[in-house]
Amino acid sequence: MKRPVSFNPLWVFFIVIFALPPLLDPYWVDVLNNVGLYAILGISLNLIVGHTGLFNLGHAAFYAIGAYTSAILNTKYHMPILSILPLSGFTAGLFAFMVMRPIIHLRGDYLCIVTIGVGEIVRIALVNNIFGITGGSNGIFGIARPELFGYVIRSPHQFFYLIWIFLIITVVVFKRLEHSRVGRAFNCIRDDEIAAQGCGINVASYKLTAFVIGATWAGMTGNIFATKMTIISPESFSFWESVIMFTIVILGGAGSIEGTIIGAFLIIGLPEIFRDLSSARMLVFGLAMVIMMILRPRGLIPPKLRSYNVRSILERDYSV
Amino acid sequence: MENFLQQLLNGLSLGGIYALIALGYTMVYGVLKLINFAHGDLFTIGAYVGFTLLVSVGITDSVDPMAALIIMGATVMLFVATLGVGLERAAYRPLRHSPRLSAVVSALGASIFFQNAVMLIYGARFHVYPQGLFTKSTLSLFGLYLPLVKVFVLMVSLVVMTLLYFFIQKTLTGAAIRAVAIDHNAARLVGINVDKVVTIVFVVGPALGGLAGLMVGLLYGQITFTMGWLYGLKAFTAAILGGIGNIPGAMLGGIILGIIESMASAYLSIAWKDAVTFVVLILILTIRPTGILGERIAEKV
Repeated sequence: MKRPVSFNPLWVFFIVIFALPPLLDPYWVDVLNNVGLYAILGISLNLIVGHTGLFNLGHAAFYAIGAYTSAILNTKYHMPILSILPLSGFTAGLFAFMVMRPIIHLRGDYLCIVTIGVGEIVRIALVNNIFGITGGSNGIFGIARPELFGYVIRSPHQFFYLIWIFLIITVVVFKRLEHSRVGRAFNCIRDDEIAAQGCGINVASYKLTAFVIGATWAGMTGNIFATKMTIISPESFSFWESVIMFTIVILGGAGSIEGTIIGAFLIIGLPEIFRDLSSARMLVFGLAMVIMMILRPRGLIPPKLRSYNVRSILERDYSV
Repeated sequence: MENFLQQLLNGLSLGGIYALIALGYTMVYGVLKLINFAHGDLFTIGAYVGFTLLVSVGITDSVDPMAALIIMGATVMLFVATLGVGLERAAYRPLRHSPRLSAVVSALGASIFFQNAVMLIYGARFHVYPQGLFTKSTLSLFGLYLPLVKVFVLMVSLVVMTLLYFFIQKTLTGAAIRAVAIDHNAARLVGINVDKVVTIVFVVGPALGGLAGLMVGLLYGQITFTMGWLYGLKAFTAAILGGIGNIPGAMLGGIILGIIESMASAYLSIAWKDAVTFVVLILILTIRPTGILGERIAEKV
């Protein structure tokens, strides 16, 4: 049986984007880099909010754990920054597991306030220089630039390729996940938790899995953020960051990877375009959020419903 | 012991403020199942309207302090309630039948809008409430030094909460609000105008929030355009702590949170006080997943 090959305009979009940097000045390339980072964060949060239907407004905490793990290991123990990438993800994932395990059964808005609380606790702990290793409100500076095959990545143009290649890997991984048994289980939990339970899905365990995968990915993004900035401080991981990630997911279309990428362009790009309005730009930004939600309540690109070719399933040869 | 009682009063007056804001969250949640993230900013606007009346209008020059307070309270409540109704019409009503999280993003957008509107009008720096209305006066009770303003704030919040409790429990409008909170369609079937009830909720909730803003100005003296989010977050925590959608729960949650916070800053560490409140919240929710007074809703099968 052949799988139907569907063409996704997303890949054309990626080819166009990859041709752009040589034409742009470093400032706009850096904007694109931020868009890429937030798109990755958005996709990782999308798994939790969009696919599993869990209300998470504290994603910045996992992002922070990843970034600080990288920064501490790099500046104190001089480990090459990109080699810590898996470890940053692991630490963030482990943190998510330990924190969320006792409270994963909370429903809807109760879970929301707890994730906000976790985000705030992490931020306050970082500001208060917990264990004497986070550098308090000044943060950590002097994080090394990444080195790939003896080639040091420095300029925004070089970072562009690092970030966007990571974004493509993210898209591929999360697309596969979305269409796997696990992905279907997540969706089932989102649509009807009791029905999911009835189908034999271990709801608590899958919810926790969604959190751990999302957090792991945010942790790895934290690593790239740390090396891009070379300096990190608790300010970069405030509640506001979580709000931005959440808005990207919902505005783009909860449950849709394409939508999340468009959402990242709008949320990171719009304030840049409104730059001329100077101090009024956030006012316009807030208004734009309300208007966009009213015009497209399901997001800019709502996820497509799953479709299966019934005939091919019926005609499948089940004989052993 | 004396210090403890002093801290208890601090906690109670702060808790009264949290409770007033939390009531706005919990009432809106009750009827719309929406977390009104812009509520914290309505609270800020209340504080700034009070500031305008005190400084720009100079209300204390023309009338005596007690009358000035009443006029200020009434104006602030009226103004913020109008904004609340407008907010619901513009940002929430079009999204009433959309996915719940879309309305949350709309609320976050409204919050950013209000916050920046205040910043553009009043500027980004701190504003200080003129002291002199209360500062000099203290009450002496059982050898304790009680600043009058704290007692006053606590009294006002208790009176307002009692009135609200009777409004919700004993009047016909209150019964309609409770009915809509249970089931929109069933309420409509028995002839309740759901839109009107939602409007009433968006009058009462923001009015209480605005009043709380005015009281923060009087109590702490310093206001800034970003203060809404921290107070809003604490009050939302209080609402969840008591069991969201539950009005006595919000009152209880607010008072408990205020006491925890002032005790934590007095006996543990000021730098960690916000973290302590969230840790307590998480611990309580681990034991009681729907808050202290939240009823365990039977899940439909």
